[in-house]
Amino acid sequence: MNHCPCFFRLKKGHGGSFRFLSQPIFWISDLQLPRRGPGGGRHQPIRVWVHPPRRNRTSGLSPASLGAGRGLGAKPAAATSRRRKNMAGAAGPGTGAGAAGGDGDDSLYPIAVLIDELRNEDVQLRLNSIKKLSTIALALGVERTRTELLPFLTDTIYDEDEVLLALAEQLGNFTGLVGGPDFAHCLLPPLESLATVEETVVRDKAVESLRQISQEHTSVALEAHFVPLVKRLASGDWFTSRTSACGLFSVCYPRASNAIKAEIRQHFRSLCSDDTPMVRRAAAAKLGEFAKVLELDSVKSEIVPLFTNLASDEQDSVRLLAVEACVSIAQLLSQEDLEALVMPILRQAAEDKSWRVRYMVADKFSELQKAVGPKITQDDLIPAFQNLLKDCEAEVRAAAAHKVKELCENLPIEGRETIIMDQILPFIKELVSDTNQHVKSALASVIMGLSTILGKENTIEHLLPLFLAQLKDECPEVRLNIISNLDCVNEVIGIRQLSQSLLPAIVELAEDAKWRVRLAIIEYMPLLAGQLGVEFFDEKLNSLCMAWLVDHVYAIREAATNNLMKLVQKFGIEWAQNTIVPKVLVMANDPNYLHRMTTLFCINVLSEACGQEITTKQMLPIVLKMAGDQVANVRFNVAKSLQKIGPILDTDALQEEVKPVLQKLGQDEDMDVKYFAQEAMSVVVQRLRKLDLPVKDCDEPSAPGADKNHFLRPRGPGEDAGKEGAAVRGGQSPCRAQVERLESSEASYILVAGSVAPNVPSSSSSLS
Amino acid sequence: MAAVSVLDPQGEFQLSSASLGESPGSADVPSSEQPELFLKKLQQCCVIFDFMDTLSDLKMKEYKRSTLNELVDYITISRGCLTEQTYPEVVRMVSCNIFRTLPPSDSNEFDPEEDEPTLEASWPHLQLVYEFFIRFLESQEFQPSIAKKYIDQKFVLQLLELFDSEDPRERDYLKTVLHRIYGKFLGLRAFIRKQINNIFLRFVYETEHFNGVAELLEILGSIINGFALPLKAEHKQFLVKVLIPLHTVRSLSLFHAQLAYCIVQFLEKDPSLTEPVIRGLMKFWPKTCSQKEVMFLGELEEILDVIEPSQFVKIQEPLFKQIAKCVSSPHFQVAERALYYWNNEYIMSLIEENSNVILPIMFSSLYRISKEHWNPAIVALVYNVLKAFMEMNSTMFDELTATYKSDRQREKKKEKEREELWKKLEDLELKRGLRRDGIIPT
Repeated sequence: MNHCPCFFRLKKGHGGSFRFLSQPIFWISDLQLPRRGPGGGRHQPIRVWVHPPRRNRTSGLSPASLGAGRGLGAKPAAATSRRRKNMAGAAGPGTGAGAAGGDGDDSLYPIAVLIDELRNEDVQLRLNSIKKLSTIALALGVERTRTELLPFLTDTIYDEDEVLLALAEQLGNFTGLVGGPDFAHCLLPPLESLATVEETVVRDKAVESLRQISQEHTSVALEAHFVPLVKRLASGDWFTSRTSACGLFSVCYPRASNAIKAEIRQHFRSLCSDDTPMVRRAAAAKLGEFAKVLELDSVKSEIVPLFTNLASDEQDSVRLLAVEACVSIAQLLSQEDLEALVMPILRQAAEDKSWRVRYMVADKFSELQKAVGPKITQDDLIPAFQNLLKDCEAEVRAAAAHKVKELCENLPIEGRETIIMDQILPFIKELVSDTNQHVKSALASVIMGLSTILGKENTIEHLLPLFLAQLKDECPEVRLNIISNLDCVNEVIGIRQLSQSLLPAIVELAEDAKWRVRLAIIEYMPLLAGQLGVEFFDEKLNSLCMAWLVDHVYAIREAATNNLMKLVQKFGIEWAQNTIVPKVLVMANDPNYLHRMTTLFCINVLSEACGQEITTKQMLPIVLKMAGDQVANVRFNVAKSLQKIGPILDTDALQEEVKPVLQKLGQDEDMDVKYFAQEAMSVVVQRLRKLDLPVKDCDEPSAPGADKNHFLRPRGPGEDAGKEGAAVRGGQSPCRAQVERLESSEASYILVAGSVAPNVPSSSSSLS
Repeated sequence: MAAVSVLDPQGEFQLSSASLGESPGSADVPSSEQPELFLKKLQQCCVIFDFMDTLSDLKMKEYKRSTLNELVDYITISRGCLTEQTYPEVVRMVSCNIFRTLPPSDSNEFDPEEDEPTLEASWPHLQLVYEFFIRFLESQEFQPSIAKKYIDQKFVLQLLELFDSEDPRERDYLKTVLHRIYGKFLGLRAFIRKQINNIFLRFVYETEHFNGVAELLEILGSIINGFALPLKAEHKQFLVKVLIPLHTVRSLSLFHAQLAYCIVQFLEKDPSLTEPVIRGLMKFWPKTCSQKEVMFLGELEEILDVIEPSQFVKIQEPLFKQIAKCVSSPHFQVAERALYYWNNEYIMSLIEENSNVILPIMFSSLYRISKEHWNPAIVALVYNVLKAFMEMNSTMFDELTATYKSDRQREKKKEKEREELWKKLEDLELKRGLRRDGIIPT
C-alpha cells in the first residue's frame, strides 16, 4: 500500500531529488582510454550504464520486486508484459465467442502437454507458460478452456508469487477466451483464490482483474456469481480476503438490486471497523471510491460516520488514508453538510499529532481546496495551510511549500491578490530562509509561478527579493529550481531584472563540483540564452559553454556538445561561424586526445546546423587532418564523423577529399579504425552512386541539393523499384537502411543492466 | 533513613515555577510524607522538554533529570512505596514521556547496515523513564492485578509502535519492557502476539520498513520457547503465515539470526512442522540475491541439525533439488555454503541413509560443476562430495556416470520438443488472428 507519506519521502541522499535524474539510466563512468598508449588498450570507448536503484518504497511493491531479492527480474517482466498486452489485443475480449470459436484441435494439443508446461519444474519456464496462457486457451478452444483449463488453474494455485501474478493478470483478459460475457463467471473461482493469497501485488492484480471482469458480467450473472464472491471474501477468515473485498464493492454496487445494495453496505461497514489494521487501511483507501457510487442519503447516513471513525483511528496509517477519502466525500456533499459533517474532521487532521497525517493533508491540499469550494477554503483551509507551512516537521513544510502555487492559482480571482499578499506571502518569506534545504528547494520549484498571479508590481516589490535570495542559496538544488523556472518571471517582468544576480548563480553552478549539477545547468543554457539575448550571452556565458567542452566528465562534454547545437539553432549560422566554430576547431590541436575527440563530436552535431558551406570549407579540412592522429580512438572517430557529415557535403568533396582519406584509414593497422572506415566508406560510396544515378539517367537538375532529406524521403510503392533492384531492401532506400544500421550499431554501446556487450562489428561483411 | 532521603522535598520544577535554581537540600523526609512526595514528583516528570533546542530550559532539564534519578532510586530501594494510587500516576508519567510520534527518518532509504541511526535527542530523560518503568515492573511489590487497569491494550499498542524507533538503545529498553509485560499480564498475551503479527504483516506486505523487527523476534523467541504442547492452531498459523514470509524481506540480514532461532524453536517443539517450514523456504528461496541465499542455506542447516529422520524423508526431494541448484551457483559463496553441508556429520548420515534418492538428484549438477566451475576451491569441494557419494553407493554412482550423457541428450530433446510445441501454438494464434482480420479466408 503506497499511501503512507513516509514512503514518498523526500530524497535526501546525494543528488536525491534533482529533476534531471528523471532519466532511468545514467552513467557512472566513461572510460575512453587512449588506445595506443604504452599498454595499448584494445577497447572501444565503453560506457557503463547503470540502473539507479529501484525505489520500491516510493511506489509500493512493484510487481518485479516481490520480496526484494527474489523477483525474477524487472526486465523480462516488463518486456513480456508489453508483449502480453499485444497478445491480449489479438485474443482478448475483442475476440468474442465467434472468433475464438470452440474448435481447439484436440489431436495436436492434448491438454496434458499444455498442463505439463504449466507445471514445469523450472519457475522461469512455468512463468513463460503462464504468460502465454491465452495461447494455450486459444489452442484448447472455449469449451475445453472452461471445462479443463480453468479447473486445473483453480486447483493448483500454490505457486511462486511471480507466477501467480502473471496468472492474475492473464485472467483479467480472458473473457473472450472462455466464450464471452455469458461465461465470464467461469473466471471467478481462480481469481477468488488469487484474491486471498498473502502477497499484496498478486492480490491487487487479482482484484484489478476481478473489477475488469465484473463489467463484463450481465446484471443477472453479477448477482448470481459476483456478489456472492464479494460477500465470501468480505467474511473470510484471514485478513487477505477481506482486504481484497474492499476493492470490489464499488464495482458491483451500482448494478445490484436494493436488497443486495443494503447487504453490500453492511459488509463494507463491518470491514471499516475490522479488527486488523490492514483491512481498515484497505477500507479507508476505498472509502472515497465507494462513496461515489452510493446514493446521497446513504453517503450522509453511512459513509460520513465511517469516515469519522476511520479519521480518528488509533493507527496513523489508517487516519491518513481517511484524508484521501475526504476529497471524494467533500465533492458529494452540499456546503452545509460539508461544514457540519466533514470540516471538523479535516481541521482535526490538519493538526493531527502524527506528522504523516499532516503531511497527507499538505500533499492533498489542492484536491481538498477544489473539493470544499472557495468559501470554506478561505475560512478554514488558508489558516490550516499557514500552520502546515510552519509545521515542526520539515517533511510537512516541504509538502505544503510544493502546493503554494497551486493553492494561489485556485483561489477565486476576485480578492486573490489580497489573500496571497496578506495571508500567504508572509509565510513564504519565512520559508525562503528555512533551515531545511528540501523545504527551500520545494519552494524554489514553485515560487516563480506566483509572479504571473501577482502581476508586475507585486513581483518586483515582493517576490524579486525572494528570488534573489534563493539564487544565492547555499544549496545548488534551490538555485537550480529557480533558474529552471525563469520563463515564468520572464513573461512578467523580463529577465533583465534578474540578470545581475543570475550570472553569479549560473557561474557557480557551472563550476559546481557535482557533475550532475553542471549537467542540469547546461540543459537550461538554451533557454537562458534565448531569454538573455545574444549580446549578454556572448559577453558572459559563452566562455562557460566552451569550458564545458573540456570538462573531465564525458557526460558533461557530451551535453555541452548538444548545447552548442541548440545555441546555433537559436542564434543562427553567422553567429556560429564567428564565435563557436573557430574555438571548436582550435581544440583539434589540443594535446589531450579527449579534447581532440570533442572537436569531432561537435562537428558531428554542428555540421547539420551550420550547413554545407561552413562544413565543407571550415570543418572538413580539420577532420581530414585529424585522420593522421596518433591515437586510434581519434582516427576511428574521424571515420565516424566523415560518415555523419557525408550527407551534407557535395559530391566533389566526397569524391576527392573524403574518399581517399577513408581509403587510407581502411588500411589502418588498428582493427576498429579499419572497421569504422569501411563502414563510412560503404555509406559514402552508396551516396555517390545514388548521386550519380539521377544525374545520368534522368534529367534532374545537376548538383542535387545537399539536402539529405532528398535521399531519405519515403518512396511511393513502385517508385524506382526497377532501377534500384537489389539495393532496395524491404521497401526502404538503402540510405535509410544504412541509417538504421548506424543506430543499431550505436545501440550496442549500451550495456544493459551491467552485462558487458562488446561492440562487435558484426555486420561489416554483409555490406562489402 | 537513607532510603527515604533520595526524595528531595524541595526539588520542584514546573514551567511556571520560579523556584528553579534552588540547591537540592538533603533533609530527610518523614516517612508519612514520602508517598505524597513520590506522587508529586511523578506528576512533575510529566512535563516534556524540547531537546531539539539544545539551549532552552537547561536548568529545568537538569532538574527533571535529577528528579528522575531520585525516582529510580526510590522505587528500587523503598519498601511499600507502590500503593494503589501510585499505579495510574506511574503509567501516566511513563506514557507522557515515551509515547510520541516518531520523527521521520533522516535518510530516505535508511539502511541500518550502512547509515548511522538517528539517536533520540531526549535520551537523557527517556533513558531514566525507561529505567524507572522497568524497576517498577520488576519491583517485588508490583501487582499486575492493579496495574492491568492502566497497562491495557491501548498502552501496549503504543508501546509496540515505539519499536520502530531508530535508536537502538531505546529498542533495547523496549524489549525488556515488553518482555516483562508479556510475562506479568496474562490477559494481554494474546493481544500482544496478535499485534506483533500485524506489525510483521505490514512490514512484509506493505512497507518493508520497521526498525524493531529483530527485537520483537527476540521476544518471540522466548515466547515460543514457552508454548505449551500440543501447539495451538494460532501458533502454527503464525509460523507459516508470518514468520516464513518474513524471509522475503529485503533487509533480512538485520534480523535473520533471531528469525532462524524462532523457526528452530518451533521445530524443536513440534517436528511435524518441518515439512511446511522447508516447503515455505523453498517457495521464498531468493532468486537474485546471493547474500540472502547464503543466509537461507545457513538457516536450513540449523533446521537439518534438529530434523527427525522421518521428517527428512518427506522433504528430501524438493530440498535436494534446491541444494543442487545452490551447489551449481556461479556465486562461489553460495556454492561453498551448500557444499559445507557435507561436512556436517548428522546431515551426512541422513544423506547416506537416503543416497538412493539424493544421489540421482545431485549427480548431474555435481558432475557438471566438477568440469565447469570457475572457482578451483569449489571444484575441489565437489570432488570430495562426489567421492563421498561414490563410497556410499558405488553401483548407483557408476550407473549415473554411464547414463549421464544420454540423460543430457534426452533433456535436450525435450527442450526442443517444447520449443516446437510453442512454435506451433504461436502459429495457430497468428493464423487465427489473420483469419479474424479477414486476411486468410476461413
